[in-house]
Amino acid sequence: MITDPTNKNVKTEEYFINMGPQHPATHGVLRLILTIDGEIIKNVEPDLGYIHRSIEKMCERDSYQQIVHLTDRMDYLSSHINNEAVCLTVENALELEVPERVKVIRTIISELTRIASHNLWWGVMGMDVGALTTYFYGFRDRELINDIFEETCGARLTMNYNIPGGLMFDIHPNFVKRVKDFIAHFKTKLPEYDTLLTGNVIFQKRTKGVGILTKEDAISFGASGPVGRASGYSCDVRKHHPYSAYNQVKFNESLKTEGDTFARYQVRIQEMWESMAIIEQLIDNIPAGDYKVATKAVIKLPKGEFYQKVETARGELGVYVNSTGTKNPYRVKFRSPGLSNLSLLNHIATGGKIGDLVASMATLDIVVPDIDR
Amino acid sequence: MTKETKHLAMTNNNLQTLISGWIPELEFTEENTQFLTITVAPEQLHGLMSQLKSNSETLFDYLFCLTGMDWGKELGVIYHLESTTFRHQLVVKVNTSDRENPTFDSVSDIWKTADFHEMEVFDFFGVTFSNHPNLKRLFMPENWEGFPLRKDYVDEVNMIIK
Repeated sequence: MITDPTNKNVKTEEYFINMGPQHPATHGVLRLILTIDGEIIKNVEPDLGYIHRSIEKMCERDSYQQIVHLTDRMDYLSSHINNEAVCLTVENALELEVPERVKVIRTIISELTRIASHNLWWGVMGMDVGALTTYFYGFRDRELINDIFEETCGARLTMNYNIPGGLMFDIHPNFVKRVKDFIAHFKTKLPEYDTLLTGNVIFQKRTKGVGILTKEDAISFGASGPVGRASGYSCDVRKHHPYSAYNQVKFNESLKTEGDTFARYQVRIQEMWESMAIIEQLIDNIPAGDYKVATKAVIKLPKGEFYQKVETARGELGVYVNSTGTKNPYRVKFRSPGLSNLSLLNHIATGGKIGDLVASMATLDIVVPDIDR
Repeated sequence: MTKETKHLAMTNNNLQTLISGWIPELEFTEENTQFLTITVAPEQLHGLMSQLKSNSETLFDYLFCLTGMDWGKELGVIYHLESTTFRHQLVVKVNTSDRENPTFDSVSDIWKTADFHEMEVFDFFGVTFSNHPNLKRLFMPENWEGFPLRKDYVDEVNMIIK
């Protein structure tokens, strides 16, 4: 036993330790190879591919309608928004104008998806830093959104509600009322989140000044979503490249400048308020009309390259389609927000403690199937 | 809106005029695509890219997508760029007909995001990037044979062909 901790003769050595692939804090099947010296992290290397399904290769043999259904298996917490990205790409390529009703419904459901995703994130965020109660609060509220989704399209998670040309069905007669009820409910519950966790001194000490990312690095690493915005990087696709009904609504882009774990936390909390504001502006004014326009049974995109970006709950999802004019794409690339956001983990975790790594990772909010496409 | 968006984006014509002044042999096109697209020779790739990032009129500081491509005969990489100051966008393509040892210069020293994305292209297309700090397979096991996203890749066991 060492009786004198300042004894200069004690030698320390760097060593490797595995975090994952089965570890609650990695939020999926992700293995991190940590090089540590005592409790100080020297290097973090992600080992990926445990659940890679090669969705991009599968897209090359599938029709455009089928591809939509593969995308909600990427970032499953933003499934509706992923579906929308592919549908928008196809619609733009075909120069197909969808009815206003479709645009508004898509936007409302996208924002509900964002709230549901942030609910889950908030629950797990608390759990990652040792506050188990948040998990139940987050899931309680998310459940209500999932119920609305279930009534609307039959699915709770992998939605498949979007199709090229519009929506698979019209909204359920109860939809408007239930969404309004949810907003009224959640407006009383979101302040509880702050009371329970945001203001907690222990939580703030675990997150403030931890895992700092500068704005310059955020851009260079291709950070997007709340991760970029917490570093003062204005990167909201809904603002810079509006799609669907985002040009009809007023909302603030949640920006912070600190770039630390607490700032990323605050941005997501703020985004839930903004999402509710967007839904409130649209829910009473869903235009009448068709819920889809007819497309041909076999969709062939014209020859060329098409790119569409959308703002998922995690950040910027890009869909690149290269078409040779046949019923299958020649090449599809999904620019996933998760892979770019994960790539900066080593940068923000090195030099910190293992516990800080867990806190930082929680605010990167990665979903592994989004990285392992 | 933030202060940054007050800067005016360059039009595609102005971008083309400016960039073709740097390197005369570049090919420009806007056909069948929504972006101004430049095709550059592999040996000029790195010089062009660092100028696109650092030039005060272009400032392409955000590499938002990096795609590997198998064009059939040629292999290539597509870079989607955006300036967070001006918000103009640009696509750069680079191709090689060498399918045995396709190599391009890494741009990971210009944009850090290229680090992971180049590893992904290496993994699925077998394209190597010189001066990449840590080029290795990102998703596939190290001993995996072949490059799955190439068009001539055959795997009768794992692939369902319709």
